[in-house]
Amino acid sequence: MVALANPALSQGDRSSRALLVFRLLLVLVVTVSLLSLGTGAAGVPLWQVAQDLTGEGLSARDRVILMDIRLPRLAMGLAVGAALAVSGALMQGLFRNPLADPGIVGVGAGAGLGAVTAIVLGGLLPAGLSTLVGLHLVPFAAFLGGWAATLLLYRIATRGGQTSVATLLLAGIALGAMAGALTGVLVYLADDTQLRNLTFWGMGSVAGASWSKIGVGLPLILPVLLLSPLLARALNALSLGEAQASHLGVEVQRVKRIAVLAVAAAAGAAVAMAGGIGFIGIVVPHLLRLATGPDHRWLLPNAALLGGVLLVGADMIARTIVAPAELPIGIVTALIGAPVFLWILLQRRGFGGL
Amino acid sequence: MLLAENLTVSLARREILRGVSLCCLPGTLTAIVGPNGSGKTTLLRALTGDLPYGGSASLNGHEIRDTPAPQLAARRGVLAQSTQLAFPFTVLEVVRLGLVNGGDETRARQALAEVGLAGFAGQLVQDLSGGEQARVQLARVLAQIWEPVSPAGPRWLFLDEPVAALDIGQQLAVMRLARRFADAGGGVVAVMHDLNLSAMFADRVALIHGGRLLAHGRAAEVLTDRHLETAYCCALRVNTVPMGNCPWLVPQAVAG
Repeated sequence: MVALANPALSQGDRSSRALLVFRLLLVLVVTVSLLSLGTGAAGVPLWQVAQDLTGEGLSARDRVILMDIRLPRLAMGLAVGAALAVSGALMQGLFRNPLADPGIVGVGAGAGLGAVTAIVLGGLLPAGLSTLVGLHLVPFAAFLGGWAATLLLYRIATRGGQTSVATLLLAGIALGAMAGALTGVLVYLADDTQLRNLTFWGMGSVAGASWSKIGVGLPLILPVLLLSPLLARALNALSLGEAQASHLGVEVQRVKRIAVLAVAAAAGAAVAMAGGIGFIGIVVPHLLRLATGPDHRWLLPNAALLGGVLLVGADMIARTIVAPAELPIGIVTALIGAPVFLWILLQRRGFGGL
Repeated sequence: MLLAENLTVSLARREILRGVSLCCLPGTLTAIVGPNGSGKTTLLRALTGDLPYGGSASLNGHEIRDTPAPQLAARRGVLAQSTQLAFPFTVLEVVRLGLVNGGDETRARQALAEVGLAGFAGQLVQDLSGGEQARVQLARVLAQIWEPVSPAGPRWLFLDEPVAALDIGQQLAVMRLARRFADAGGGVVAVMHDLNLSAMFADRVALIHGGRLLAHGRAAEVLTDRHLETAYCCALRVNTVPMGNCPWLVPQAVAG
């Protein structure tokens, strides 16, 4: 920590602090994971989890609980939380606005419409094709729906590289309402089996986690998590404005296309796996910007970790606070996230443009 | 060399610039002047590669519209009229964004010292005054084209009203900085409102009026009573500053 020892040198440079936060978050991910594996209605306590990890046998029943219920639930929580937080950070960088969040501005609703379309109308696909795509159909349709919504939103809310918050939020409301209405029509058309599938999907939780669900969501989420840091330099330059970013050598149109795809892939997969979970995408990047600044080279990886921690933590609250019943996790994240959203809004009220 | 031939720019199907031909040499400072809405900034934005244009414009022999953004960024830096920062970056973090052609944090701090903001590295840009924010952006552009002459050729500094937000002391400091860049072999093209500052610091002045190049040459040739009255529609008396031997314009409050 040479940089910390010399305040004159480190002044204005927050990367050593960001690295510290990164390491802290790694520790937190491990801690929360262990806690989460040790919490649950069936009561396999933490010490038994540790026993299993050290190789001393569990009963068959406890092993099933651990390997087929808690572990996939944990993995899905980490993946969905990371996907929501990173898609939020990417979208905010793309729209040059800290209030842009896939869940709030209609991208989640678009992805939901895609998923519902796949569930209800997926049977109309030719038999060969539907066996080929199989379980991947729902997440892929969610990705397409989210992509269409993001593109539409960008066209509507951005003029000459500037996004007006008012237009962004209002267009998001309209898009969300439209997607919601179309979803309603599809639900009305659905038969009994499809309705049951819809209900399971729409519970908006990580309770229905399974290894197969993770298997179909991860191919969309993992590339975004691993490759999004490649966009970091361009997103930093975009914070200056589109023309300024281009002056610095950023191929702005290409970066925007990639960022829109990445947002749709991560948000779409998250929605397909866990339904609508709001506010992670806005709270996580905001907290990290407060702590370590807006540099996307740190913001994106740290958001992935903090998003996972927050979602798994919220899931633990959701399943213990009214035990043995469970709250939908979306309620917990909204309870924490909505006030933060309002707080950002109030803070920005001072700035003329809002 | 920066060469524009028969340059035409249309925005929203309206022709803003028509048939502008202009040649700027490395080692010189060119001021683009003209009344509001004459097309000064449009000309600059065509030359920086921001706007599509008809005709031809080339920088160091490469047609600008065919040059990808990364190559353009290696040859020229651009200071826009204003920059709205989307997130709370520190001064140093913003200047570091300019380091796309090599250089490390030391260069970023040197660039900050150049614009007189050495002690501001750790502050949030949004907490500074308008003039200070303008100088942070200038430092970022300087960090990008730190050496006025690169192994691949001379570098260019494009400035869009660089002194608009500054007090008179800072105006002179920024113009001196631009002058030094040109004297070291780089090329400077600056859109200017202040005719006297242009006359003091520019080797060449390009006077734009109604989307056309009205006159281009040394300040004393361009800033004449006749040209200025045509362009600005007001009476100006052109004097000569004894020590600088450059034109000095005095607005005439009373006609005649």
